[in-house]
Amino acid sequence: MVRIVLTESGARDVPDGQGLWLDAADCLAATGWEAKPEGMCRGEICIPLPSAMRRGDAVDVAAFWRLIEAPAVSDSTGTVWSLGVAALERRQALESLVAPDFELPDLAGQPHRLADLRGNKVLLVTWASW
Amino acid sequence: MDLPVWQQLYADLKDQNFQIIAVAEESRGAESARPWIEQASPDYLCLIDEEHVVAARYGMVNVPQAVWIGEDGRIVRPPETAGSTDHFRRMDLATRTMTPEDQKARLAARIAYMDAVRDWVRTGRHALDANAARTALPDVTAATTAADAHFRLGLWLREAGRTAEGDSHLQEAARLHPESWNIWRQAADLEAVGNSGGAAFWARVRALGDKPYYPPPDLPGFPAPPRPPQ
Repeated sequence: MVRIVLTESGARDVPDGQGLWLDAADCLAATGWEAKPEGMCRGEICIPLPSAMRRGDAVDVAAFWRLIEAPAVSDSTGTVWSLGVAALERRQALESLVAPDFELPDLAGQPHRLADLRGNKVLLVTWASW
Repeated sequence: MDLPVWQQLYADLKDQNFQIIAVAEESRGAESARPWIEQASPDYLCLIDEEHVVAARYGMVNVPQAVWIGEDGRIVRPPETAGSTDHFRRMDLATRTMTPEDQKARLAARIAYMDAVRDWVRTGRHALDANAARTALPDVTAATTAADAHFRLGLWLREAGRTAEGDSHLQEAARLHPESWNIWRQAADLEAVGNSGGAAFWARVRALGDKPYYPPPDLPGFPAPPRPPQ
């Protein structure tokens, strides 16, 4: 049975396996973190990976997620995983005061990015039908 | 719904390097938002956020909340109530009406908010400096980010037809982030359209006691919230 990894970037299928052990290529594609000899790397950041979280080319992504104090929750069968963002990362992003970017569709499905409005003042307002 | 109000504001200000993005926090998808958007026929951007990504990234907990973003892409006012007030808490639930005084106060708050936005766009007033903006940022904790992860999983499971299990994750999200009306009301709406404003909603609002449902923004013309009914 295929496993599914949910992040803010969407849903991604990864091959069957134990827990959330992923090989390096699947890990990078599903999470944006790259398994390197020096640890798990994303952009400029590298975090040493305890040896128990690595087996050959595979990484225990759920354990790594706990290590970086980010939420990793799964369904009752352990095949659908939702990987959240660490509170510290969110807080630091907000404290920079740089408005977090996002891309969302309009009614016609056309995507729009906040960053494309740079140079304007923007009123970003939420609503809902409920 | 507020979409026609934002259209009026946008019509006044669109030649002043000003944009509005109205984000529909709408896990049922675009079709649930469509009637309101088509009726308002807005010139500004109306986007659909099925997974409440914007709420998660900005720490928003209710609708309508707004963030003011400067020309350089920096937050100059973190999330705050965008013109709504707590007068609805005192309405007569049998007739769904508010007293004339409360209706007047409610309208005055809405106008005060719109005036503050106009003032900001034209003169830069009401933009917070960096320290004040940081102080006004919402709390983001391990519990609130875990809530977001459960929320996403719950939506996926529901979409996959695993409704009961999905609902259990949405409820866990609401438990982990009790201040988020977005999470609680969206989950209620997914159970059945209309549930988000039903008896359980009013019980939850009453349980706020003296706490506001819509905390008033620190802008000119916003008095303390009205006293809730005893």
